Amino acid sequence: MTTFQKKLWTGLLIMALLTPLGILLPEKFGAEEAWGEWGKEKLQKLLGYVPEGLRKLADLWRAPIPDYNFGGEGASMAIQIISYIVSGLLGIAICAFVVYMLSRFMARHGK
Amino acid sequence: MHIPDGYLGPQTYIPLYGVSVGFWAIAQKKLKKQLSLKHVPYLAMAAAFSFLIMMFNVPIPGGTTGHAVGAGIIAILLGPWTAVLAVSVVLIIQALLFGDGGITAVGANCFNMAVAMPFVSYGVFKLIKGKARGEVRLAVAAFLSGYLGLVVAALLTAVEFGIQPLIATGADGRPLYAPYPLSVAIPAMALEHLFPFGIVEGLVTMLLLKYFLKHEPDLVYGLSGPSAAKS
Repeated sequence: MTTFQKKLWTGLLIMALLTPLGILLPEKFGAEEAWGEWGKEKLQKLLGYVPEGLRKLADLWRAPIPDYNFGGEGASMAIQIISYIVSGLLGIAICAFVVYMLSRFMARHGK
Repeated sequence: MHIPDGYLGPQTYIPLYGVSVGFWAIAQKKLKKQLSLKHVPYLAMAAAFSFLIMMFNVPIPGGTTGHAVGAGIIAILLGPWTAVLAVSVVLIIQALLFGDGGITAVGANCFNMAVAMPFVSYGVFKLIKGKARGEVRLAVAAFLSGYLGLVVAALLTAVEFGIQPLIATGADGRPLYAPYPLSVAIPAMALEHLFPFGIVEGLVTMLLLKYFLKHEPDLVYGLSGPSAAKS
C-alpha cells in the first residue's frame, strides 16, 4: 500500500468514527426520516391508511442489522451510536472487499 | 433517496432491474478493457467512501433528512463506469445487510444513484471544465457536477414515486404503492435536494477533487479520459 493510500484509509476510518453525527444532528434539529422512506406506522399517520401493495411488499426482507442499529427501535442513544460506528466499519470492510475482488478479477482477466 | 420495499409496484421495479442489469453488463465489459491493477485499491476505497458518506444524514430542521452519495466524485476520479460498479455494490449491501433501500427496489436505487448520477456528474464536469485547467474553473465544474448529479438522481426518484398512483390503484381507488402523485413528489424531492443536500454533495465533490489534484493528480480520470486508466 502506498503512503497516499494509507492516508486515504486513515481518512476513511476517521470518517467512520464520525458517522454518529449522521444520527445526532437530525436528532438535535428534530429532523425525521428521508422523504418517501416512511415505515408503515408513519404512513398510517400521514395518510390514515397503509397502501395495500405497500403493506404486502414492505416486510419482504428482514435485514440482519436494520437501520444500522443493533439495539432495535427502542435502543438508547449510546447503543445507537455504537451500532452506527460498528455498522460503518462493517459496511466499509464488506464493500471494499467485494469491490476489490470484483475489480481485481476484471483488471486481471480483461486484457 | 433509498426507495424501500413496497413503494414501487412491479411495473416499475422490474423494468428498472432490467436497466440496471444492462448497465452492469456494459460496466463489466468496459472495466475489463480499461481497468489496471494499480486502480483496484482505489475502487475499494471509493466504495467504502460512498458507503460512509451516505451515513451522514443531513437534517433539515424540523423536516426531513438526506445525504450525499459520492457517485460524482468517484466518476471524476475513477471514471463513470467504475462509479457504476462501486456505488451499485454499496447500494446492494446497504439493502441486504442494513435494510436501507428495498430488495425489490435495488434496480431502481442503482439506476438513480449508481447509473444516472455518475453519468450526469461526469458529463457536467467534462462540459464545464472544457479544455481549461484553471483551478477556479475545475472547482466550479466539480461543485456543479456533484450538485446536479444528486439533483437529477432525486428527480428520477421523485418520478418513480410519483407515477405509482397513476399506474396502480386498488378497488377502492386508493394507490397501491407510493401514495403521493407527481405534483407532490417532485417539488418535495427537488427542493430539499436543490438545498441543502445538493450543496453538500457539491462541496464534497469540490474539496475531494482539490485534494486529489494536490496529492495525486495523475490519478484523476476526468482530466485525462480513459487513457489514464489504461496506463
